[in-house]
Amino acid sequence: MTTALSPRLASATAGRVLRQLRHDHRTVAMMLVLPSALLGLLYLLWAEVPTPPGQPDTFDRVGLTMLGVFPFVVMFLVTSIAMLRERTSGTLERLLTTPLSRLDLLLGYGLAFGLAAALQAVVTVTIATTVYDLDVTGSLSLVVLIAVVDAALGVALGLLASAFARSEFQAVQLMPVVVLPQFFLCGLLVPRDQLTGWLQAVSDVLPLSYAVAALQEVGASAEATGTMWVDVGVVAGATLLALGLAAATLRRRTS
Amino acid sequence: MDAVTVTDLVVHRGARPVLHEVGCSVPSGQVTGLLGPSGSGKSTLLRALVGAQRVRSGTVTVLGHPAGSAELRSRVGYVTQAPSVYADLTVRENARHFAALYGRGTAAADAAIADVGLAEAAGQLVGDLSGGQRGRASLACALVGEPELLVLDEPTVGLDPVLRVELWSRFHALAAAGTTLLVSSHVMDEAGRCDRLLLLRDGRLLSDSSPAELRARTGTDDLEQAFLSLVRTTEGASS
Repeated sequence: MTTALSPRLASATAGRVLRQLRHDHRTVAMMLVLPSALLGLLYLLWAEVPTPPGQPDTFDRVGLTMLGVFPFVVMFLVTSIAMLRERTSGTLERLLTTPLSRLDLLLGYGLAFGLAAALQAVVTVTIATTVYDLDVTGSLSLVVLIAVVDAALGVALGLLASAFARSEFQAVQLMPVVVLPQFFLCGLLVPRDQLTGWLQAVSDVLPLSYAVAALQEVGASAEATGTMWVDVGVVAGATLLALGLAAATLRRRTS
Repeated sequence: MDAVTVTDLVVHRGARPVLHEVGCSVPSGQVTGLLGPSGSGKSTLLRALVGAQRVRSGTVTVLGHPAGSAELRSRVGYVTQAPSVYADLTVRENARHFAALYGRGTAAADAAIADVGLAEAAGQLVGDLSGGQRGRASLACALVGEPELLVLDEPTVGLDPVLRVELWSRFHALAAAGTTLLVSSHVMDEAGRCDRLLLLRDGRLLSDSSPAELRARTGTDDLEQAFLSLVRTTEGASS
């Protein structure tokens, strides 16, 4: 069983995944435009609601959080379906008989969709801060960085989730299973320190909580804080863990 | 010299036994046909050869190594029964991708596409091709690695007679150049085109011989009749 990593084969895979994406214009358009459009809807939602004095602007808080949630959700969906197709179309079985290692394949996917996520994040952050006047105290490049790490988390969980779905119907339904609990408990709806003890414990082990916390740090401080880097590190660690688990689900030999 | 040696191979899928102590060998530089009705275990045997099948017992040695070993991955080409190429890529992009995985360049990809007669469709998306063309695109993606052993699961299904003849002469040209081919089929009229025949039925190997030996043994020129007569004698012997 080869687990050796070959940068050449991983980038060949990333190139292939991006070429597949390029043939699908509608998916590319949705990937780039949809988060900005949804953010616009949120902007309009609070546009006429006065902010109580001394309180942070609601759209600033929610909008910033959504900059981390969108790439996570979109990349989770896209990757879980893409990987499920590899599994069901026979291409995965074939790939695993070639010199490509499982890690090369997973990293290739991570690279390709990470790049797509970076592009998506740049578009969304630019629109959010110029058109919707989203106010971020810290650096916008940090927001993009966190969005890309969130996207990588979505890719890794999507690759893993594809192992638990036998059809695209099932794969699509795994999205709410994986995404919604993390969204409910990430601190956007109710601040995490106000959650009941056991819910807080659940929230503590869910990676999206750290992604949102990192974004809130960037939203509040002009300089990158240590807390933010720790949060980003936790999300990156969870991503690697999910990738490792996903590698274990790619069996060369099946019955 | 045998490219493949299978000894006492037993494979179960779920609780169902699919291969019963199959033993056979595939000689180097020849076209060996794996013939048998659908459901006889042909695909399972081929998957065991490329290391994609979990086996219960027995050994499969390919080019001197246990089947599925890492060193075999650049030396064995495998084409699954259903075309396993990316429908949302063009023929050329598919071939170039597999070329990259085998460490070959774009020239090798273009040559493989020409070899399967798809040069004119190279820029088309695989999803827009006919079933037969898709199968050939899938074949091109295995040829591109110039493997020493080529394992082909029903490569001629759905092809028109002219293309089938072309493909078989392509197989023989590859064998003449030193490649070992193992080709499965459920159509007995393809058996005569093989140098060597493995006949599989209900997960048991009925015969491992040349077409001439098989004809002589069963006393018929028709390989379909020969197969039937083998089935009768083995079933007669076991009951």
